Amino acid sequence: MDEIFDIFLLEAIINGILFGGVLALLSLGLNLIFGVVDVVWICYAELVMFGMYTVYWLAGVYDINIFIAALGAIALVSVLGWLVHVLIISPILGTAPINQLLATGGLLFFLQSVATLMFSIEFRNLGLRLPILEFSEMYFSYARLLAFGVALVGMVVVYLFLTRTYIGAAIRAISQDREIMVLMGVNAKKIYWVTASIGGGLAGLAACLLVLQYDVHPFVGISFGPITFIICVLGGLGNMIGGFIAAFILSIIISIGGLYSEIEWGYVFAFAFFIVMMFIRPQGLLGKK
Amino acid sequence: MANQIIATEALTKRFGGFTAVDNVSFKVDEGEIVGLIGPNGSGKSTIFNMISGALRPTSGSVLFKGQEIGGNLPNKICHMGIGRTFQIPRPIKRLSVLENVVVAAYFGQNGKVSQAASFDAAKDALEMVGLPTDRGASISTLGAAGLKKLELARALATKPELLLADESLGGLDNSEMDQAADMLKRIRSEMGITIIWVEHIMGVLMRVVDRVMVLDHGEKISEGLPSQVANDPKVIEVYLGTDASDVQASASSQKEL
Repeated sequence: MDEIFDIFLLEAIINGILFGGVLALLSLGLNLIFGVVDVVWICYAELVMFGMYTVYWLAGVYDINIFIAALGAIALVSVLGWLVHVLIISPILGTAPINQLLATGGLLFFLQSVATLMFSIEFRNLGLRLPILEFSEMYFSYARLLAFGVALVGMVVVYLFLTRTYIGAAIRAISQDREIMVLMGVNAKKIYWVTASIGGGLAGLAACLLVLQYDVHPFVGISFGPITFIICVLGGLGNMIGGFIAAFILSIIISIGGLYSEIEWGYVFAFAFFIVMMFIRPQGLLGKK
Repeated sequence: MANQIIATEALTKRFGGFTAVDNVSFKVDEGEIVGLIGPNGSGKSTIFNMISGALRPTSGSVLFKGQEIGGNLPNKICHMGIGRTFQIPRPIKRLSVLENVVVAAYFGQNGKVSQAASFDAAKDALEMVGLPTDRGASISTLGAAGLKKLELARALATKPELLLADESLGGLDNSEMDQAADMLKRIRSEMGITIIWVEHIMGVLMRVVDRVMVLDHGEKISEGLPSQVANDPKVIEVYLGTDASDVQASASSQKEL
């Protein structure tokens, strides 16, 4: 009995790690935007929702090749991200931070309502049934494995972009000191645009991976938005490495918590852990005071 | 007669009811090193901020090579050929020493230069100020003097024609101060860059500059050769009890040279 239980535990941990990949991808996008533009997009998961609908309509309804549908979703959400910056954030960038929180919070409800009007509250899925893999008595969903792998690749691509290109170096630099980079000839507006588009693109990529595993409906953002947000805060808001680590810590807690009782309890444990950590390290795991 | 590179006309900046810079006009010719001195809070940095585009003038104008640039975006002004350093060094800690300068070289020339050219410009700038040009060196290896050099290297890498050097040498010892002063001289002679040098300790500055302007409470109270300014009663009054005798001593030492 003990032995079997250990296998369940191992399975839960591995599933937690697999689940953490997409969460890490989402938190990377949110952190990137926060680091550069200094604004938390409360509506980030709602962009994911639109990406999921895009894949659903293109691949599920119009029967377009799933890979082309995925590219379409990434491109569309990337443009959405850019629009969020240009239309919502940019006009109020210089004002009190609470305004930007309220504006993106308002946008969250706006996007949910638009989705409800456009798609109704019906739960939809691609109808794809990807196989379950069995590996020495442990079961892993192929969709999760794929999501984990693609999320990792996505993060590596962003990492290379940030460390190997001039624009990337400027993005990292401007997230530390906005004023000085501008004096060295960096066009801050252009950097914001690139960052918002990449942030959107990452949400789009996450959407492609999530739509393989979950039904899409107008309120699906609730499932990923709050957890992404607390991952970013736990890792240290704006700290991409911290977010990466925090994503896996929380996803493993959720997965193990779900093993011992309901998956909802997993979330309760994760949020409780987060609250305790906020007392111990209010600046986040890798955040600076 | 040399060409005028930068001029301000009745330049004024108010923050609410406080006038930080009041009706300041000056001209600087190509190839000059001009000192801009005055006590803390006299408006030196505010003038730099208006020239470099970080602040929009309340009134008056800034003319760079005859063209009005007051209120332009800082990145545009950088591309036109004005570089600036900060009194308190502001390196990008996430990037290496070389990367800091390469980014400045690339974006300072509006991204119109190749990768190789950016690296060359960065290495030239680092060599000019005497910092290592190897790839690995991280910001944490630099001391106070090194960080000031890095500031200078970044500004030089943007290929400016005019350098606004906010150089406060307060944290440096005497030999480091002399080194810094000599470096500005070399930047002018070897790279042909015009320099406006802000400083609130007058001693070392007086030995290097061609002309000095003195600010007090946002107004220009004196201007001229170091020896003239050092003996100006208004300047002595402002600096009385601080380093007035110092200033006169170093100004006379320049005459002897």
